[in-house]
Amino acid sequence: MRNDFDITASRQRCMGYRRRILEISQQVQALHAAGAFSCLEMVDVIYNGLMRGPGSGNSPDTFVMSKGHGCMAQYVILEELGVLERRDLDLYCKPEGRLGCHPDYGVPGIEASTGSLGHGMGLAIGMAYAERFVHKNDGGVFTVLSDGELQEGSTWECMMMAANLGVDNLVALLDHNGMQSFGNTAETHPKFYPIREKLEAFNWETAEVNGHDADAVYNAVVSRKGGKPFMLIGNTVKGRGVSYMEHGAIWHYRSPNPEEYKQALAELVEICS
Amino acid sequence: MRNKFADAIYEIGKQDPRICALVADISPAGSMVKFREEFPERFINCGVAEQSMIGIAAGLALKGMRPFCYTIATFSLYRPFEMVRDDLAYQNLPVTVIGMGAGVIYSTLGGTHHTMEDIAVASAIPNMTVLAPCDPEEMRLATTWCATESKGPVYMRLGKAGEPDLTSSVVDPFEVGKIRYLRRGDGDLCILSYGITMKMAFDVADRIQEQTGRAPSVVSVHTIKPLDTAGILSALSSHDRVVVMEEHVPHGGLSSRVKEVAWDNRVRADLSCFTLKDEFIHYYGDHAGLLDAHGLSAERVIRALV
Repeated sequence: MRNDFDITASRQRCMGYRRRILEISQQVQALHAAGAFSCLEMVDVIYNGLMRGPGSGNSPDTFVMSKGHGCMAQYVILEELGVLERRDLDLYCKPEGRLGCHPDYGVPGIEASTGSLGHGMGLAIGMAYAERFVHKNDGGVFTVLSDGELQEGSTWECMMMAANLGVDNLVALLDHNGMQSFGNTAETHPKFYPIREKLEAFNWETAEVNGHDADAVYNAVVSRKGGKPFMLIGNTVKGRGVSYMEHGAIWHYRSPNPEEYKQALAELVEICS
Repeated sequence: MRNKFADAIYEIGKQDPRICALVADISPAGSMVKFREEFPERFINCGVAEQSMIGIAAGLALKGMRPFCYTIATFSLYRPFEMVRDDLAYQNLPVTVIGMGAGVIYSTLGGTHHTMEDIAVASAIPNMTVLAPCDPEEMRLATTWCATESKGPVYMRLGKAGEPDLTSSVVDPFEVGKIRYLRRGDGDLCILSYGITMKMAFDVADRIQEQTGRAPSVVSVHTIKPLDTAGILSALSSHDRVVVMEEHVPHGGLSSRVKEVAWDNRVRADLSCFTLKDEFIHYYGDHAGLLDAHGLSAERVIRALV
């Protein structure tokens, strides 16, 4: 693990990523901006803090965006790392382009196809197992899940298996924004909570932090005890960074109109926590 | 077939460190134990959790492995269908999904354990290869192909146990994507079949030959996808009558595919199809009895042809 994580640089990067995502939003009617904004700091920590040599093409570590609809967060980072070209993002969801609303395996920097919820955990476990027990190297596997994915039975099947297999090189970051299409999860599915106790009952090591506090995210991951698969519950706000997107279900998918775009740019500030 | 499958995996696994086996609490006995003991890191029992079996297999394949996923056919294909489609086929990964005990072979276990529409379901998925070898030796060759040559996902339909040797003296080689003449007849009748139904096809051929003196061709269509269209066309045009026999519902299996080939190529053929009914039949007896309740028996086929 690297230990030179620069929180100031991370805040500046995330500000730039949000700006870039908003810019792209003006080319398309929909792009899942709010879900990308809620996991942005965590994805930044993974690429720019936890992975070794991201974008080099031969990183020993792997990232799977299990919540595939959050892939704008991944695309803008891959662009900055030089893995994707500016043109790729400019052609997002356009016939001549190669980037869609969900990440596709085969696109540079995309290690697995996702989009349907509840698939990333199995993929990540298989990868982690192969690195740890078959290839016998120190490759880490990082994945970002949505909280909605914890309602998929497949995710729990796989989490139980992860502990059985002893994949302690697996680090999952849960984008817990608490919001789903039908409203707040706490109201629509109150027994979804508590999360952490359920994970620990499945023999995962866990931690819980503010998912927009990149420093806290980074430190929670690097200071984990190890010996078990690890899940960080990152408490986040869907649409974080743009006031009218925060907590608004419509922004799960919709792009802002030109007026809203201007307002969003005007109010973007560095998110400190 | 399941014991021979375990033998095959063990033998191939000794040579190729990319081979791994994932099971969902159902394991072929015998050699799979040897595989597990000799290569414990390449054997994963996912428990009764088939979605995790397919997902984890996909993750292993993304890291260079060539996994085999093994359980009873309903649970290897239907239960984790979206994982098979998205994780394996969409990403075009070299993972073989074994559907053991397919068709209505578990005749007393009821419809929950019957796989009557697996060929249709698996064939409908882009990138998927669908194999159904007819005897232990063809299964060994198919397994070797999956382990060493497949470029993407395979669904392989297997029987259970006790399948007779039908191919060891056959001249035609086994080649994925090509139909295989197990017997070349005199041009009167051609029987197209695959997998566990092949024994019945031989029975039909023997008895028709006894009764009529005409020698039917018997063809193993072990690769249902990609279908050997040229081979099927040739069989249609070089025989007076063609029969398809399969332990599968009437739609979406080999019968449908052969009709498609005939129609698409404007071939006039005398074609009869014998399949399972498009029904769940609540019959609890032996395999042959349940097949008969579906209308699939050597007697019925012979009666229709002679």
